[in-house]
Amino acid sequence: MDDRSNTRGALQKITRSFETLQQANTGLSAVFRKELVDLLRGKRFLILAIIIAFTCLAALYTASATIRSTVGSEELDFVFLRLFTTSGASLPFSFISFIAFFGPLVGIILGFDAINGERDRGTLSRVLSQPIYRDALINGKFLAGVVVIALIIFSLGFLVGGLGLIVTGIPPTVEELMRLLAYLTLTVIYISFWLALSMLFSVAFRQTSTSALAGIAVWLFLAIFAALLASMAAEAIYPVTDNSDVESIIEQASLEQALSRFSPTTLYDEAVTTLLNPSVRTLGLVMVEQFIGAIKGSVSFGQSLLLIWPHVVGLIAVVLICFAIAYIIFMRQEIRA
Amino acid sequence: MTGEKTMLVETENLTKRYGDLTAVDSLNLKVKEGAIFGLLGPNGAGKTTTILMLLGLTEPSSGRALVSGYDATRNPLQVKAITGYLPDNVGFYQDMTGRENLRYTASLNGFKGSLAEEKIEQALVKVGLREKADKKVGEYSRGMKQRLGIADVLVKEPQLIIMDEPTLAIDPKGVQEILGIIKDLAKKDGKTILISSHLLHQIQEVCDEVGIFVKGKLIAVGPIAALGEQLIKDKSLEIELSAYPNGEMLLNVIRKFDEISSVDHEGDMLILECREDIRDRLSKSLLENNFSIRHLSLRGISLDSIYRQYFQGEVQ
Repeated sequence: MDDRSNTRGALQKITRSFETLQQANTGLSAVFRKELVDLLRGKRFLILAIIIAFTCLAALYTASATIRSTVGSEELDFVFLRLFTTSGASLPFSFISFIAFFGPLVGIILGFDAINGERDRGTLSRVLSQPIYRDALINGKFLAGVVVIALIIFSLGFLVGGLGLIVTGIPPTVEELMRLLAYLTLTVIYISFWLALSMLFSVAFRQTSTSALAGIAVWLFLAIFAALLASMAAEAIYPVTDNSDVESIIEQASLEQALSRFSPTTLYDEAVTTLLNPSVRTLGLVMVEQFIGAIKGSVSFGQSLLLIWPHVVGLIAVVLICFAIAYIIFMRQEIRA
Repeated sequence: MTGEKTMLVETENLTKRYGDLTAVDSLNLKVKEGAIFGLLGPNGAGKTTTILMLLGLTEPSSGRALVSGYDATRNPLQVKAITGYLPDNVGFYQDMTGRENLRYTASLNGFKGSLAEEKIEQALVKVGLREKADKKVGEYSRGMKQRLGIADVLVKEPQLIIMDEPTLAIDPKGVQEILGIIKDLAKKDGKTILISSHLLHQIQEVCDEVGIFVKGKLIAVGPIAALGEQLIKDKSLEIELSAYPNGEMLLNVIRKFDEISSVDHEGDMLILECREDIRDRLSKSLLENNFSIRHLSLRGISLDSIYRQYFQGEVQ
């Protein structure tokens, strides 16, 4: 009798925890679906998609024109990848530089009013008074944002790739395709960082305009000033003059690189360069002596991936850190209209 | 537990402090199942904080809040599954229709498909919004939004409904509609309703029981009628008197009564503050002294005047 009631108790406990789990999932998937529909139906998605599609097509046009004029005149390998990396004389931007520039903006625009917008509209307390965990809201919003980013980036990548195929008529190799997929995935991670950051601001600041400005400020800082700051700091710590020895020059250069790698933008740029330029063998300093006797050639995809693995891990870590901070602040926040 | 109705909401020394400020001070609140309970108090008395703690949206500094036996801090999901909350200034997604907004709420509660549609339809009918349900919420009036808010609460078919200032900034007709819906919910559907408001008259109209809440403390609880007595008990009465000839002669008569503690002039009327009702003896005495009485009445001590006093912070 005792045994039986014990078993029943345990069973009940299991059923209840299962129900709780299911409830948590219900909340998450409901938020996820609603946010996804909202983002895709919203005007800002349309505007973003149009702007980015136009600029990327322009980049493709100049790239294919440049490639056509250079194919044959010099030996070219990885032509398919060059569609993404080549810039022309009339348009000094390539596909990848456009994405690197506009990508962060996409992330910021998708996330800057995620939480404080709900608070403004008075929907936050209504939604959170439903039987869902508080994190379901922020998780669902983040996941929906990541899916939208992936949708934009992958469809753009394939669109440009497909059009490029028609224009140039040179089919991609398997390695090129893998490199392209790796590049697109990396881009989704990078833009997710900006989404996480802007969501962090949307939790931390009450005004949507404040959080949008904060996001844009960080974007400008990392895109323009971070590199300047890194070189200034390195120069201040290891001053180099005309008669400095090799050691201090190396010290300065490596410090500058180390400092600038704190910026996710630098990490992303380096990783993209490595992925789409198979001739890149190293990202650190290279001495002339190290080059002597080296055979010209490209690195295999696996080796390129190995080279940027720390970058990828770093980017994912930054995304998680931003999201974790947003999460902690949000869980402790007072929910009031 | 008695044979009667059980307590659906119970708080035990519920306290919330923000730094030095104590927003809610050892609150012991009990709401019977099936009752309409009015939480009455001025702005900033801690009503909203109490509600948030009941829903597990804010953690209490000490004490606990139980809804249907569930601790709101430890089992917020169970509490929120049976509690509907209508916040003050309720908001909706403007570019979605009323029905779509309710659909989102239904999905958050785990209702899908035809079950959800049915619940939404029922809720819309109950608040009289069926015809307008497929319009964008951006086109709704304030009163309609509030009714949609009630429908939103009803979708999950809660046992307990908590409304924070449900009639704020709504025109009189809208207020009557909303109060009507609230009454129906309690009487016909047997829901337990907790209303917070600073508007005494509206509370008076619908609530079975009222708690007066000032500076984080519950000063008095009970049915409206009993509440008056509870608060009036130690207060002195005020008698309005107007008699001819007025002047020093009249005052001399009045001074003979020990019960009168003070005399005030209000126009040509005298306001006598006294410990008990002395109207009979007073009128007799005045007639004996050849005064003609123009006006003599006990100033009504309504809940209104007491409540106003609390508002003005005259009573400590």
